[in-house]
Amino acid sequence: MATPRPHQRVGDVAWTKMTKVNGELFALTYGAMVTQLIRDFEDLKAVNQQLDNMGYNIGIRLIDEFLAKSGVSNCQDFKETAEVIAKIAFKMFLGVNAEVAHWNAENNACSLLIYENPLTEFVELPPSAYGVLWYSNVLCGVLRGALEMVQMRVEARFVKDVLQGDEVSEIRLELKGMIEEAMGDEYKED
Amino acid sequence: MEPRRSTGLTATKLHILDRPLSRGKNEVHVLALMRHTHTQSVSLSAFSFLFSEMVQYFQGRVQNISDLENRLDDAGFGVGVRVGELLCHREKSGRRETRLISILQFIVSTCWKALFGKAADALERSTENEDEYMIHELEPLTNKFISVPPDLGQLDCAAYIAGIIRGVLTSSGFTANVTAHTVEVGTPGQRDKTVFLIKFDERVMRRERVLT
Repeated sequence: MATPRPHQRVGDVAWTKMTKVNGELFALTYGAMVTQLIRDFEDLKAVNQQLDNMGYNIGIRLIDEFLAKSGVSNCQDFKETAEVIAKIAFKMFLGVNAEVAHWNAENNACSLLIYENPLTEFVELPPSAYGVLWYSNVLCGVLRGALEMVQMRVEARFVKDVLQGDEVSEIRLELKGMIEEAMGDEYKED
Repeated sequence: MEPRRSTGLTATKLHILDRPLSRGKNEVHVLALMRHTHTQSVSLSAFSFLFSEMVQYFQGRVQNISDLENRLDDAGFGVGVRVGELLCHREKSGRRETRLISILQFIVSTCWKALFGKAADALERSTENEDEYMIHELEPLTNKFISVPPDLGQLDCAAYIAGIIRGVLTSSGFTANVTAHTVEVGTPGQRDKTVFLIKFDERVMRRERVLT
């Protein structure tokens, strides 16, 4: 398949314009945070939840920067949204590409495959965390928060993780519906 | 045909200690070359968003500012221990510094360059106390997007970097206390600089005298 991939080019251009920092400092900082969460919550499921919450907070702010700097405007459909996330957003912020795969028949669910996850540098999960801790779960929250700000309600969750011995990290992204822009009651005329 | 990925099955089946250590920025990965990317950096935004979220998380769980700084410092400590070990292998072929001045220089040049892409602005020895040293940094990465609200007065997020310094020092056998201080530069329009005050443990000073 040798079709031109304009999204990828847009992503590369956006990436060159970003100020960069050492990815290892980023990875170690994230690691310090996850370690602290595990110490505080003691329950790995609660850690997943907390990481998702933190990601959500990041996502709702990150979308502004993304729209301002990437030059991307409205997406036609969810299919394009997924491509934009994988080829532009991942590239712009994390310097890596993700791949979109495994569409369902209705075209409202797909998977993001992440081959080089900068968060997982230097990480080795203990076997006791296998199947429970989704180490990079913050990414799911970011996706959920950012898409909510563009009126898309999605569910994002990890289904595979390189750290747990899978071949690739995979985030399942499902479109649950569009958020209708509605006026609050207080603004309505009688 | 998709190119073969760097993180294949074979790599993941090995324990992290059995895999070769990545060589940081110098590593020229074949795949990275093909895609014209460097796998080793991320955007400053990604780091800042993450760091700010971490600060806010800590803030929700502490009573006062010094507790908050302590938690940032602790988080940095763990990073420092790892950074020290990593750079010692990568840049010093496994040789560890044993002298006070060399370890300080290792921090302000090697560590600083690896972490922040530049050397620290100055390293100074205190004129009053022989066990005190100061690292000056005009623009600490952690403070770039942090504006401290007035009710949190003394907070300095560079405590995280102070923790990193303490981690590198402690894991190399130099027990020390490191604190971050904001110092006004005086010139209007310029941001305050940060000074990291390093106070070495007495045992370290005694050993240093023996070695001299």
